Formats: sequence, structure tokens, C-alpha cells
Amino acid sequence: MSDITSLSLTKLVKNIKEKKLSSEDVTKAFIARSEKSKELNSYITEDFSNAIDKAKKFDEKPNLNLKLPGIPVAVKDLFCTKDIRTTAGSKILENFIPTYESTVTQNIWDAGAILLGKLNCDEFAMGSSNETSFFGNVLNPIDKGLVPGGSSGGSAAAVSGQLTPITIGTDTGGSIRQPASFTGTVGLKPTYGSCSRYGIVAFASSLDQAGPMSQNVEDCALLQEVISSYDIKDSTSIDFKRNEYSKELTKNIKGKKIGIPKEYRVEGMPKEIEELWKKGIEYAKDCGAEIIDISLPHTSYALPAYYIVAPAEASSNLARYDGVKYGFRAKGENLIDMYEKTRSQGFGDEVQRRIMIGTYVLSSGYYDAYYLKAQKVRKLIKNDFDEAYKKVDAILTPSTPSSAFKIGEKKNDPVSMYLNDIFTVPVNLAGLPAISIPAGHDAAGHPLGLQIIGKAFKEQEILNLAYAMEDKISFKNKITDWWIK
Amino acid sequence: MSKDNSEYLIERYDNIYEVVIGLEVHAQVTSSSKLFSSASTKFGAEPNTQVSLVDAAFPGMLPVINEYCVKQAIKTGIGLRAKINKRSVFDRKNYFYADLPQGYQISQFKFPIVGEGTVILDMENGPKEVGIERLHLEQDAGKSIHDMDPQNTLVDLNRSGVALMEIVSKPDMRTPDEVSAYVKKLRSIMRYLGTCDGNMQEGSLRADVNISVRIKGSDVLGTRCEIKNVNSIKFMQMAIDYEANRQVDLIEEGKTIDQETRLFDTKKNETRSMRSKEDAHDYRYFPDPDLLPLEVTDEFIEKLKADIPELPDDKKKRFIDQFKVSPYEATILVSDIDTAKYFEEVVAKMGKNQDMKLAVNWITGELFAVLNNKNLEISQSPISAKNLAKLINLIKNGTISGKIAKTIFELMMDGDQDPQKIVEEKGLKQQSDPKALEALIDKIINDNREKAIEYKQGKEKLFGFFVGQAMKASSGKANPQLINEILKKKL
Repeated sequence: MSDITSLSLTKLVKNIKEKKLSSEDVTKAFIARSEKSKELNSYITEDFSNAIDKAKKFDEKPNLNLKLPGIPVAVKDLFCTKDIRTTAGSKILENFIPTYESTVTQNIWDAGAILLGKLNCDEFAMGSSNETSFFGNVLNPIDKGLVPGGSSGGSAAAVSGQLTPITIGTDTGGSIRQPASFTGTVGLKPTYGSCSRYGIVAFASSLDQAGPMSQNVEDCALLQEVISSYDIKDSTSIDFKRNEYSKELTKNIKGKKIGIPKEYRVEGMPKEIEELWKKGIEYAKDCGAEIIDISLPHTSYALPAYYIVAPAEASSNLARYDGVKYGFRAKGENLIDMYEKTRSQGFGDEVQRRIMIGTYVLSSGYYDAYYLKAQKVRKLIKNDFDEAYKKVDAILTPSTPSSAFKIGEKKNDPVSMYLNDIFTVPVNLAGLPAISIPAGHDAAGHPLGLQIIGKAFKEQEILNLAYAMEDKISFKNKITDWWIK
Repeated sequence: MSKDNSEYLIERYDNIYEVVIGLEVHAQVTSSSKLFSSASTKFGAEPNTQVSLVDAAFPGMLPVINEYCVKQAIKTGIGLRAKINKRSVFDRKNYFYADLPQGYQISQFKFPIVGEGTVILDMENGPKEVGIERLHLEQDAGKSIHDMDPQNTLVDLNRSGVALMEIVSKPDMRTPDEVSAYVKKLRSIMRYLGTCDGNMQEGSLRADVNISVRIKGSDVLGTRCEIKNVNSIKFMQMAIDYEANRQVDLIEEGKTIDQETRLFDTKKNETRSMRSKEDAHDYRYFPDPDLLPLEVTDEFIEKLKADIPELPDDKKKRFIDQFKVSPYEATILVSDIDTAKYFEEVVAKMGKNQDMKLAVNWITGELFAVLNNKNLEISQSPISAKNLAKLINLIKNGTISGKIAKTIFELMMDGDQDPQKIVEEKGLKQQSDPKALEALIDKIINDNREKAIEYKQGKEKLFGFFVGQAMKASSGKANPQLINEILKKKL
């Protein structure tokens, strides 16, 4: 059985199409491994018996022309799933069951896939370690004491621990790429507007973007092909020509120009990261790419700008969780008292912290100094990329300033936690696509990732670069299945 | 208090104050679905039956702008002779309330869809211009019901997300009459355009009234108070009267006026403080990241312009030119689109031999009185324009007298009957045969010889007696003009 779960998505699809495996075989294999992996705490909600029923149904009349024929998939619990509890990792939505399906998950089911369950994440996707989840932290399959990253920590752990062949996460400031980097997996944050936000519990609307997470680049391309669609239900969805990313995938990246931004050499960056980056540059050269030094001068302002814009939008987006209509409600003496008790008991510390920051930066007298200024910075950061892209096709950076940190290490130090997003947030602020691929290990054998940032709507370009480099890197995740007794 | 109808001044000892008034009118956009969702906007449905997932702010739900509402707002802007902004932005106005599911209202703050414009009021002493500051689109909130359950407040979200136009005037009004004329004119323009039904009872039109006072002649604005959510013209006028006097009294006592939000208690006829400036909400406006800026092209606007019907001001001009009615009559006829339609239909049905004077008098006199009595709109008139035109023609061509016409008018109301038929069935045709009338009058004079002699001796009052007798003898059908002529000759 463990043979099945170690297969990539592409291989699983091939086996099912060639009728060597049934959907039921595959689904049961992932369920069995998931059952044995409870210690990782990857799932918030399991939907295993339904999954087996759906797999059987699929096998009765298999449509093998689909892109994900009978493939079981667990998804981040930020995507609303019809009739299946959707919590966003929060107590306030602990018992919330949507009557509707997000566009992205609907696209996955329409491609033939089957829901396994809902994966753990930081509360409302606010966190970089999966420690803010109301449902407890997730363990990194790499090592028991490590965080899997966040906010898509449950998703990253589930892919690297082989509890699901692929998954989807959401990325507001690095929430796909950082956990991918921490778990030795591949994660793509698409261009803003590529994947519909309809039915995704909102964190920061102008930054949120769903994306694929997988064991390799090919799988990532296939899943991106499935989830990306123009959707009139999301006014920020963009109607552009979407490639058949997996079909058009090529390792030929000869002559592609790759930029190396000097501003990403941040102070105090571990030597291992520095070396990884150098190695990455060599790999790229080996693939025939041309390396060009570039400058993104406003990079150092990205993190502060992000931590103004994102909480500002969050403070407003989360106002709807007030105990009136659905979700958790605390008893109160009157309306205001009910609001206060509901929201202080229903939201965790990090969410409350960001609501307060957001409320503050939007309040009259501070709006211009914070929110408006941050928006200006955002424009400058976007201009930096626009300038750079006159000279290069893509940009190569480390995904994170460190490998996975220890559980509890940064829990009480929010600023140090926020610093973990330093390489990923500029991409969200500029609305660009970026992929993190595993590229090496630190001294302890923990994975490290490289990030390739592309031009808007050029997912194919960075997937190709990643595909070519992946081949040169030939990364092997060191997972011992320590949690399986 | 006021010197004449055109001035509204408040006098205290040596000081004469004038009142400065501006209005923020909230007009519900006529549209079958809501501003950002496809839920129905129909009035009077069972509570919480017209609520989409977007209106109830479920997690992950996103607003999608209703293009029809955008068109309605632009049309209204054109009707207000206002600048249409090709780029406008939706902002979030953040506050917590049980009937505001999102925790914010989507509105337009810095960049409204419509900019400055003008409304012309037809006041008795001539036209008066009131400036429009802006018009923006926003969502309505739901309804909190506090008096149905002793313990709980109930919430109805049917109204949540319904499109409103907030139309902000400049502080150009000086009298309660101008406020009344302004609201009526706005309502009229929007009803002509079909952009708001103007139904104040159903809450489709409500206003916040901004009032300040100052010594007459001063060009500095005083501190203003805002009276929230007044939903009838009468209440607006009462609230202004109370509030203006309250402010003047404060100034006269040497006190200052606090800028604050007040509400009008319709039972006690007074305004009361709701919240002071210090307690004012901090709405934390910011552009809604779920919606892109709203951009419209010149072509889009031009297309809408081509669809704009004749509006009250133009219609009034045309009525005066084409139908030779007086400006006063024209104002009344065009004030409501349905009245104007009715009038034009009557005119059309009257055919060649039109009598405008009769048409205007019958509509604004008899018909309005009936509608008023029965509390009906002209669109529900029990007498159709076609039949009223026939009645007028019957008078005009001498078939019936004006007096008989009134009788027939009463009969017509029962099922919109054809006046011609009534005349025939009841034999009400006017007697205009001079020979027959002469015979009739000869008989009356013969029967009343003594009175005829008295008349000839100078008792002229008796003339009326003879007319009365003639009418009586003819059951009211005798042509009164002929009767007069013949009587004068014979007596």
C-alpha cells in the first residue's frame, strides 16, 4: 500500500488511466496512511467513508478522460466545501458547514478528484508555523520537533507525509511557498486573479491567492491547470489565456534570463541559505539560463507594508464573524457585550493582534500615515519588478531565510515570525506568480527551498524553469515515517 | 415668523436669522436584484426570504456589481445635469451592527459615480437652483426589529444589499417650502427616469437633513446638525422648523451649537441628540479590495443619454409652447410623470377641436379631487383619459352643459363608463333647439305673469328665478346660454 502513496500524481493518473490501479485502490491507500498519521495532526476534518463511496462510484463508470480521474485529494480548510465542515482553523467557525463549494475545489472535483478531508492551517491563514490553529499545531514529517510552516502547514505536511498525492493551499504572504520550503515539497503561488477567490475564507482580499502544492513540478503544473479559471463570481478574477501547463511543460530553458536581486542578501541570513542560493544559480546556468544581477530597491519596505495592508483588509474581512448569523456565539448582556465576548473567545491571539493592527492603521488620523503610505510602497515594489522584468524573464531567490524552525521557537515573538515572510511577501504585494522548489538540505538534513518569481500570467515560464532545475537538483526528501508506529 | 412665502426667517429681538439647509437623500434604485447579488428586491416579502449568501455575508462570498444599478445611477446623474465620473471606487464603511451582516457597508467615499449637478425648483416667486454635490451608490442594511420579541432583537435581511443612491445637495435651501419642492422635484425626476419609484411609505426615499442657522446676510455657515432618516416631507418640514428655532434659541442664550447627529421624534415633534461629534463612528473607510474600480466609457454614457426620456423641465417648456397652458398649470401637469402622461393622452384623444383650458381644469379640478378623496394615484384613475377626453368634447361641442357634465362624471366612475353612452341612455343631451326653448320659456312666463311684471318694473334679481324655472322644466338639459338669450329677449 505504501507503494501507492509514494507515487506522484502524474504516475497515479497514468496507472488509473491504464487501469492498473482503481480509484478505490488509490483512495484506500491514502486513507490508510492518513489513519496511521494522526500524530501529524494534518487533518481537521476527515471525510474518508464518503471518499471511499465516491471512489467506488467512480470505478463503476470511470471517466478516464478527466485530468484527475478518481484521485483522492485533501484540501486546506480555508476552502468552503459543500456539506463538509469548513473551519479556517478557527473556533469561531468550529461547527460551520457551508452550503456551497469554492470555485477552486469545484474545479478539482469537476476534473474527477475525490475529497479526502480538510487540512489544518493557521487560524484564518494568519501564521507562518501552523501554531495559531484552534485545532492544534501540525508536526513537520521531516522531524517531530519542527513546524511545517504556515499557514498551509497541514497541506504541506500532508503532501510531504504522503497523506494526499497533491493538495491546494492559499498564499497571502508566503503561505504556500514557505511551508513547501519547510517540508521539501513544491508550492506555486499563481498570479493574483488566476485562481478564483470565490468560496475561500478571506484573509486579505487583495493578496489572497490559491495555488497547488505537490511532490514535484509536473504534478504542480497539472494541478494548476485544473484549478486556474476565470470566474465571474470573483470580480478580481482575470480573463487571460491559461496554458495547459502540464502539457506545455519543458526542460528547455536555454537563453532564459534569470535575475538575482542583491537586496535579498539580508543581514543575518544563515550561510546555508546563501550557499543554497549560489547552488541554485549554478543549476540555472547548467540548464542554459543566463544569470543577470538586478536590483529591487524597495524590497526592505515590503514586509512593513505587507503587515499594514494585510491586517487592514483582515480587520474588515473578519468583521462578519460577529456571532449574529452563523458560527460561534457567546452569551452577552446586550449586542455589544455579545460581540465582545464572541470575538474574544472565538478568535485566537494572533488573529486578534492582526485585527487590532488593521483597525488601528485604518482609523481616522492614521490612515494616511499607514494604510495610504503602505499602498504607495506597494506600488513602488511593483514598479521595481516591472523595471527588473525589462531585463530578465524570472527572478531567483531563496524561499525563506531559514529552514523549518522548532515548534514553540517563535510563538511568542511575532516580529521574528513575521520576518520569515521576508522573501515571499514582495511577490504577493506585486501580484506576481512564484514557485518554491526543494533545492537542498541544511546541516541537520532539513529541506531548503528556492523561489522562482515570474512575470504576471507567466506561470508556464516559472514552471518550466522549476522543471529544468528540479532535474539538475534531484532532491530527495529525507522522511523516515517516524510518526508511523 | 416668516415675512412672506418666499422667505423663512426667524426673528429674535434685533436679530434676524436665516436657515441653511442641505439634504442627503437616500433613494432606492429601481432594480429587480440587489447591488452586489442576484437576490430579489421585492418589497413586503416574508422576512429573510430574499437573502443570498452574499447578502448574509457568508465566508468566502464575494460581491459582484449589478450593471443595471450602475446604469440607473448614471441615468439619475444625467437627470440631475451632473458630471458622470468615468472612474469611481467602492469603499468599505466599517461598523458593527446586527443588521449589517458584513460588518461593513459597501459605499462610495472619495470617488462617487456622479459629481456636481443642479436641480431647478419651481417656486411661486420663480425658479430656484439647488446644487447637487454628488451622487453615489451604496448598499442598504437589513432591518432590526426590536418590538416583536421581549428578549431579542429580530433581524430581517431582505433589504440587506439593496442598491441605494445617496444624493447629496449643497446647502442651498433656505425654507421648508424649498425642501419640500426639492424632494418632490428629485422624486419627479427619478420617476420620469424610472430609477427610483419614490415611494416614501415603503422607505424607497428617505433623507438626512442638515441644518444650520446664521444672521441673515452673513456668508459664513453656522455649525450644523444632521437629522437622520426622516421619511416624509411633512416630517422634514416639522423637523426643520423645530431644529432651526432650537439653534436660534441657543445662540440667543449665548450658547454654542454642538455639531451632532439628531433624530426627529414624530410624536413629540422635536429633535433629540443621537450622538455627538466626539461619539461619531470612525468608519475606517478604505477601498473594497473585492471590487475593482468601476470604469465606464464615454460610449456607455452616451448610450444611456440617448435613452433619457423628456424630463419635467423640458416637458414643462413644451407644454407651455405646444398646449398654451400657463406656467403654473404646466408645473402641476408635469410634476408627476403619470399626470403628464394622462394629460397628453386626454389631449390626443380630444382630437382636432381641443380645449386645453377644459382639459386642464377637469384634470386638476374634478379628477384630482376624486383621486384625493379615494387616495388613488392617477395611474389608478377610475376614469380613463380616453373617456375624460370624450366628456370634454361633449361639453365643447355643446352636447351637454358643464353642470350635466359633472353628473355624468360621477356616473362614469362606476366602471369607467363611456360618457356618450350615459348621455344617450339617460337622455341627458342638452336642449339647444331655439324654437323648443322659446315655447318652453313662453309657457313659464305665462305661468308666472306677476313675477314677469315685477321683473320689468326693475326687480332684476328675478331673472335668476326664470332661468331656474327653465332649467327645472327641461330637467337641467336646456342650453343655459340660449335660455339666457331668449329670456332677455322675451322679458
